[in-house]
Amino acid sequence: MSVSTTLDHRFREAAAAAGLLDVAYDVADSPVGPLLVAATDHGLCRISFDPEPEREAEELARMFGAKVLRVGKPVDGVRRQLDEYFDGKRTRFELPVDLRPSAPFSRRVLQRLARVPHGEVTTYGALARAAGNPRAARAVGTVMNRNPIPIVLPCHRVIGANGALVGYGGGLDRKRQLLSLEGSLGIDIQ
Amino acid sequence: MGLVHPPPFERFYDEHRDAVLRELRRRLGRDAADDAYQETFLRALRAYGRLRHAENLRAWVLTIARRVAVDQHRRREAPPSAPEPSDDSRPAYAELGELADGLPRKERAAVVLRYGYDLSYSAIGAALGSSEQAARQATSSGVRRLRRMQ
Repeated sequence: MSVSTTLDHRFREAAAAAGLLDVAYDVADSPVGPLLVAATDHGLCRISFDPEPEREAEELARMFGAKVLRVGKPVDGVRRQLDEYFDGKRTRFELPVDLRPSAPFSRRVLQRLARVPHGEVTTYGALARAAGNPRAARAVGTVMNRNPIPIVLPCHRVIGANGALVGYGGGLDRKRQLLSLEGSLGIDIQ
Repeated sequence: MGLVHPPPFERFYDEHRDAVLRELRRRLGRDAADDAYQETFLRALRAYGRLRHAENLRAWVLTIARRVAVDQHRRREAPPSAPEPSDDSRPAYAELGELADGLPRKERAAVVLRYGYDLSYSAIGAALGSSEQAARQATSSGVRRLRRMQ
């Protein structure tokens, strides 16, 4: 005997509606492959490429608390904005983000990163300067590489001073794909 | 041995849900088991953040399930309390859905769980960490407040 889909969904949604979860997550389809999308009460806390939900649930539990459950409703809004973005109908995300587990420097860098607009690119050095630490370009690279919320916090818009794409946590092909979607592949650095 | 934290609730739920449903059906029959299933896992979820071990989680959740089953038996045997509102007086959730956002947190959860997910008051109590009676009160004061807001 196994639990019916209806009974299972009803529990998952009731758990979310009752406000009992530390983290709700789901997997969404996108042109850059399936994305795991996770949110807490404070906001969006994770987007992952090539998701391995079991491993990530462990990590989310360590960061935000053990009450982690896969349920679509709390992340429906995020999914909708991502769909609009990939359809070319959205150039700005209007989503609160939860960066509580990030260290203060990373948080500062990620908050600056959030302001780099659609259709533009910046460099690691420029972002380091904007975050108040001009010599930290390499550290900014590390923050980009570990960005917990790629796409929405647009680390794909950060490239090398010489215009090279340099690297991307989700792989350079995806960085190219996202920049091309935004019409900024090969444009000059702002 | 050091402190071992419980696994993510998702894994716990996935590993034990079939056993819980089996136990509840054996004790309560098919229909009553569905409601008791919601109540069992809502109670477990509420307590889960306070667990400081990852041992015998199967035994732990089955204990909760048995308590829920015993409570249900008691309710069946007890003389009926206040009558349930008839279907006519039950608000359609569609009408309440958006408005419910303006309610205090507890009343909002109670109204949504009752009219959005059709949960019993004891399951709602499990979700809110309160008694069945308190869940009933939170739901009805939520509905009264919504009617005033309309």
